[in-house]
Order: sequence, then C-alpha cells, then structure tokens
Amino acid sequence: MTLFTDTFLIALLAGVVAAGVPLLLAGLGEQLSEKAGVLNVGIEGMMLGGAYAGFLVAWATESIGLGFLAGAFGGLLVAALMVLFCVRLGLNQVVIGIALTLGAEGTTALLHHVQFSRLYPRLPEVPTWRIPGLADIPIVGPALFDREPVVYLALALVPLFAWLYRRTHLGLAIQAAGDKPAALDSAGENVLAIRALAVLGCGALVGLGGAFMSIAGAGVFVPFMTHGNGFIGIVLAMLARGRPLWVLLGAALFGACLSGSTALQVAGVDIPTDVVQMLPFAAVMLVLLIAGRNAKLPSALGAAYVRGER
Amino acid sequence: MDEIEKPRALAARRREILDLLVASLGPVLAAFVISGVILLLMQVNPVSYYGYVFGRGLFSPTGVQATLTRMGPLLLIAASLIVAFRAGIWNLGGDAQFLIGAVFSAAATPLMAPHLPAGLALVIGMAVSAGFGAIWGLIPAFLRAYQGVNEIITTLMMNFLGISLASVLVKLLFLDPATTVPQTRTLPVEDRLPSLFGTTISSGVLIGLAAVLLVHFVMTRTAFGLRLRVVGANPGAAIHAGLAVPGLTIAVFAISAGFAGLSGGVAILGQYGNVRADWNPAYAMSVVPLVFLARFNGFASIGFVALFSILSIGSESAARRMGVPNYFTLVTVAILLILLGLSEYRGARRRQRAGA
Repeated sequence: MTLFTDTFLIALLAGVVAAGVPLLLAGLGEQLSEKAGVLNVGIEGMMLGGAYAGFLVAWATESIGLGFLAGAFGGLLVAALMVLFCVRLGLNQVVIGIALTLGAEGTTALLHHVQFSRLYPRLPEVPTWRIPGLADIPIVGPALFDREPVVYLALALVPLFAWLYRRTHLGLAIQAAGDKPAALDSAGENVLAIRALAVLGCGALVGLGGAFMSIAGAGVFVPFMTHGNGFIGIVLAMLARGRPLWVLLGAALFGACLSGSTALQVAGVDIPTDVVQMLPFAAVMLVLLIAGRNAKLPSALGAAYVRGER
Repeated sequence: MDEIEKPRALAARRREILDLLVASLGPVLAAFVISGVILLLMQVNPVSYYGYVFGRGLFSPTGVQATLTRMGPLLLIAASLIVAFRAGIWNLGGDAQFLIGAVFSAAATPLMAPHLPAGLALVIGMAVSAGFGAIWGLIPAFLRAYQGVNEIITTLMMNFLGISLASVLVKLLFLDPATTVPQTRTLPVEDRLPSLFGTTISSGVLIGLAAVLLVHFVMTRTAFGLRLRVVGANPGAAIHAGLAVPGLTIAVFAISAGFAGLSGGVAILGQYGNVRADWNPAYAMSVVPLVFLARFNGFASIGFVALFSILSIGSESAARRMGVPNYFTLVTVAILLILLGLSEYRGARRRQRAGA
C-alpha cells in the first residue's frame, strides 16, 4: 500500500501532536484545579482568553515567545476572576464557570471584531527546536522531536506534576484542599490560598494551550476557535482519576481522533468528519459503561470552603 | 392561624416577594449599565443601541412575532433544566438531546403527514422528539444512578457525541433525495404547528409556557416534586428516608432529556420544517444561565427567557444595522450572571449576620 508513505505518517503523527498539546495542557490544568477542590467549568473561557491574548501580543510585538507568555497571562486573568468569585466569595462553581466561558467567548469575539474584522492578519510560522539525535529517528523524529518549545514544555509537565502530587508537601496540601479542606486548615495551612494557587496555575496552563492553538496551530485568532477543547480537558481530567500520565494518554487518543479526520481525507477515504470526531467520545462512553464504577473525584470537589462551617 | 397573625404573615410574604424582585431586577439593571459602558468604549451610543434592540425585538410587529416564536423551544429547554437542577442533577447535554429530538422528528413527520390527519402527525412527531431526546439521556442516567459516575462529564460527552451524530444522520440517513444540500425532507407549512391568531407566531410558545408552568407546579406542589427536591438537596438523607434514589434519578433524566428533545421537535414542527446538516442553535447552553438567574423558579424563568429572546432577536438585526456583533448579548448575560452571584453572596452574608 503506497498510502502509508513516510511523509504521510509524519504528517499524521505531527497532527496528533498539534491537536493533542492544547488538550494535554487543558487536562493537566483542570486536574490541578480539581485536585484542589475547584471544579473549573470556565476553562473553555480561559483557553479563549489565552488564545486571544497570545495572538494579539505575538502579532503586535512580532515575538512568538512574548505571545506564549501573554497567552498564559490571558488564561491567568480569567482564572483570577474564578478565584475571586468561587474561592474567595464561594459562589457556585458551575454557574460562574459557565458565566466566565460565555463572557470570554463574547469578549474575545467582540475585541477581535473591533480590531481585526477587516485585516485577519496571519502570524509567521513558529520556529522549532530540533533535538539533536532524537530528531533523526525516522518518522517519529520529525513529528515529535523537531517541534515548538511549548510541546516539550507540555510533555515535561507530565512527570513534573506526577512528582509534585506524589513527593512534595505542596502537592499533598493541594490534594488535601480538595479532599479534606477542614483538616488542612487545622494543620495550619491556608486552604483558600492553596486553592487560589491551583486555579491560577490551571488558568496559566490552559491559556498556554489556547495560545498554542492560535499562534502555532492556526496562525490566526478566530472567534470561538477553541471549539470545545476546554470541555474535552474537563473530560480528560475526570477520566484520568488524578494521574497526570493518564491525561497524556487521553490527550493522545483524543488528539488522534481530532486530527484523524483530516488525515483520512488526505488519504482519500470518504467518511464525514463527524464520524471520526465521534470516535473518542464513543470509546470513552463505552469504557465508562463497562468499568464506570467510582470516578474517584476529590470529596470536597465543587464545594466552597468556609472556615468553621460543618 | 390567629386572626391577628394573618396580616402580619401577609406583610412578611409581600416583603419576601419584594426582596426577590429587587434581588433579581437589581442585577439586570446593573448589567445593562455595565454593558452600556462597554458600548461607549466601542463608540456606540448605548441608548440608541438598546433603543434599537428593544424596538426590533419587542415593539415592531415582525420582531415581537419572531421573539414569541423563539420563546417556544427556549421555554421547553427551561422546563428541562428546572427539573434536573432542582433534583441536583447537572444535565449539561441539552443541546444534543435537542438535536437528536429535532432530527428524528424531522425525519418522521414529513413521511407521516400526507397519510394521517394533520393533528395526529404532529402529536406523533412531538412524541418521537421527546422519546429520542429521553433515550439520549439514558446512558448518563444509568451511569449516575447505578455506577455513581458524575453526570457533568457524561452529559458533556454525550453532547459532543450527539451533535456529531445528528449531523451524520442528516448527511447519510435522513437525506432529502430531492435536494442537493444536505438536509432532511421539509414539512410543508400547512402541516406545521398552527400559528396563533393569524400571525406568524408559532403555537410552540403555548406548549413551552404550559411545560414550564407544569414543571413549576409539579416541583413545588406535589409529593413527586418534593421527593425529587429531597434527592437534590441531600441524596444521603433521601436514602435514609427510604426514597428509591436510582429510580428517581432515572426519572429525572428521562423527563429532563425528554423536554429537551421535545424542544427540538417544536422548533422543527413549529418553525423550521427541516434540519440542515451542522445546524446547532445551542439553545441549551444559552438557557442554562437564564434558569440560574431565575433561581430555578418557573415564573422568573419565563421572564428571563422572554428578555433573552428580545435581546437575541433585536441584537441579530442590530448586528446588521449598527455594526455591533450579536455576541454582545453573550457579554451581557455573563455580566448578569456574575452580578447575580454577587447579589446572592450579599444576601447570604446579610442573612448570616441577622442570624448571628
């Protein structure tokens, strides 16, 4: 079969990475926030905030690095609102999450309309870092080891978070904030500060994922461009049951299906893209149906912590 | 109750209602003020913008008819969400339940319409939409009831799955052979839900109103509604009280998803006549915040759905006429939600202080 030429396989694998990295960052961020007890439904909005801020700064300063930094900051900004309303004031996390998503959708689309409705500027291609040696492996090398620095960062975060949760005091405190906030409080730690830190960290990661979509993926900002990627991040975090490595596996699976439809079209297989896009969700629902018992979420997830309340 | 106590109780009840009105309308007014400031920053005159939006959506004959027609499906979604949220179940998959209901109803009704009396075909068409919507809610229902799987994640996934499935069905299975654009067979206008009083208002709005009022009555005034609210407020206590929690959970999902599916059916049978490929008006995601704003109250939901319909119909034509994109409505709704959250927080603090 001549279909599976090297170039085709490289493009296929590179597509999986491009679609999977924003999902990985969103999933890791949501996992961090959920471990600390904040169900962050607003990550779709944080992603859009990051995508917009990242694109704007990268375009205005002509610096890709500053663009990614601004993307993380854009996500952080939306997350700061989440901290104020849900951690500090203890409002309902689902309501505020949906409000932040709607607000970010509207605000970024509006700002884009005011600034770029006639121009639609495009960013230049993002330079890649070639890892000597590894990049020379056939097929896997060019797709995986000759990439934008953000890809390496996202991959490096997986063992880093595993270490954080397993081995550090801070990781323990984060998980206590989600499971037994009152116990953490008694131990003299500041529950609200730890939750705030986790949500802000989540915002920065998710914003970086959004910036990856606009700067490295599309090269433009389009209103509503995150297209449910944040919600998939929530799904990944819940399926991963607290393990960063599982987020990576899930992101690879979903990334493969999201990019698979384009690859199939290139290969000349005529299936509506909708069918391929259904595959990961169908697979996950099937897994849940067969082995769904105990999603194992932090016990204080979604509940605001108020000192002294039973 | 004593004869002397009665007026005092009445006055307290009146004050309660007044407080509720202030707590609901205050954030609405404040949200309009803040949105107006944003419009000023965009160098648009807020008075003339909102004048135009309300003029189109409420005070022009075509506009108000479009507003009332749009309210039908939105009210049915509101009924769907009130049942679920009051029972403590986060059904966030309403858009897929809506679309699945719409697609099956759009596929079946045009085939039945020529052979059956018009009323019967419509009733079956609506039953089909509610039935398939409910079926789409079943998997999350069973997973939640018997496996304890969080329904936010499952309904979100079923949402993605259902939106794609709906467009696959339109493109591959229910395609109208007579047209080249991928869409279902079109239901002739004379076979659709009748319009009201010689206007273009679809009678779907009456179905929607009836559904919201019915749901409000059942949830607040019946034993079944009380059981559902107990499950929502405290599942542990519900088990101790001997309630069949898994069965009630499945019933809630079936009712909620059924109303969402019916909403799709009413949108098709009353207004659109067919489903085009990739059609997704995302009504459910828009109504979630409205039902929250109404604090799951049926009457308040009707008010907020009406306000939202006026805003969305008005802003759609304002987008063409005044250069303000209609996603401006999204910003207004988001500000409204946050302000509502803040006012709720203030109310809770005040009650706390009064209690202490």
